[in-house]
Amino acid sequence: MSTPHVVMGLLASGPKHGYDLKRAHDVRLPRAKPLAFGQVYATLGRLLRDGLVVAAGQDRDGGPDRTAYTLTDSGLAALMTWMRTVEPPMPHLGGTLLTKVVVTLLVAGVDQARGFLAAQREAHVARLRELTAVKTDPEATLGDVIAADYGIAHLDADLRWLTTTLDRVADLHREVTAE
Amino acid sequence: MKAPQKDAPLRSTSPPGPRGFLQARGLVRSYGHTPALRGVTLDVREGEILAVTGPSGCGKSTLLHCLAGILRPDAGEVVYRDHRIDTASEGARAALRRTEFGVLFQFGQLVAELTAVENVALPLLLAGTGRREARTAALSWLDRLGVAELADQRPGEMSGGQQQRCAVARALVTEPRVLFCDEPTGSLDSLTGEQVLGHLVRLARDQRTTVLLVTHDPRVAGYADREIVLRDGVVDPTGLGAAAARA
Repeated sequence: MSTPHVVMGLLASGPKHGYDLKRAHDVRLPRAKPLAFGQVYATLGRLLRDGLVVAAGQDRDGGPDRTAYTLTDSGLAALMTWMRTVEPPMPHLGGTLLTKVVVTLLVAGVDQARGFLAAQREAHVARLRELTAVKTDPEATLGDVIAADYGIAHLDADLRWLTTTLDRVADLHREVTAE
Repeated sequence: MKAPQKDAPLRSTSPPGPRGFLQARGLVRSYGHTPALRGVTLDVREGEILAVTGPSGCGKSTLLHCLAGILRPDAGEVVYRDHRIDTASEGARAALRRTEFGVLFQFGQLVAELTAVENVALPLLLAGTGRREARTAALSWLDRLGVAELADQRPGEMSGGQQQRCAVARALVTEPRVLFCDEPTGSLDSLTGEQVLGHLVRLARDQRTTVLLVTHDPRVAGYADREIVLRDGVVDPTGLGAAAARA
């Protein structure tokens, strides 16, 4: 997730201060990684420095002054560019899962790797069931369903990958030990 | 038990004991010299949705056909509520499929000459239900599947998803205790397949119908409560399919 772009996206509908942004984030992306208040203000500071947002006035709602921010023209342009940019198609290849599977296969051997993969597969299947339950809940919003779809699609890919990777690396293991 | 013994009684297993709901014990089945099942043992629990997954050719469809009493295994037992299915007469097995079991295949296999409501009513008519009552029940199930407006259309006039919804209605109209599904959304695009599956699972849970769901797709298996993986005709305890065999 790109926090600056998410913050700019939330500002696209009109000026907001930090507290509103945090709340809007939690409503719009309830299943995303939680966004801390500190992160919101730090991000606003960087966007302000780069001219992507400007202060749009202050208000006081029974507490200290709060500064509202609004998107500048260059902020909007940056946001549009980000939205049009295709993400790298293999963002997870450097992830923990690949590292652990590969290191286990190479260091601990096929049996240990198989055990790890079986446990990992079980965890993936369990998570896939959880997400399926989320999206089939009659109370689920379209946002919930779309977020669950994304998770399910990636888990599905991981599950297929888990099986075929073990297939390939087991062959490689035999080849290496035969030398 | 609803009346599977209409044509010929199912033989009770002996000795009776603490048995499960639907069980396979050491099932073996070959096609010519090609083995499909090489000793499958599993318990299906009442009310659960159980996914049977595995790569193409692993024997999962054969297992479903044996459990549903469509195929006889070469060896092993199929026990449904303390009754052997594998040794039951053809008549008893057919009666079981009319009353206790429902079956849903990848392609709905609706009768092309009949309208949707006639297709859905068919299992009830075959089971002896009166024409008017069968039609009323069929219309109710079409409504639950969201395709009541298609009642008088024939399969050729419907989309694949609409046909499969009618097939789900037909499979559930007898309110079976067990529903056997073989790649039920395999011929549909992902969103349509998801809608059909969503209906199927929701209605099955409402009816407390036990579902055996054969699929190669992990996303479809995600709708199940539990999953077993078949590999080369046996249950693979690791769930890793071919990889474990080749390692």
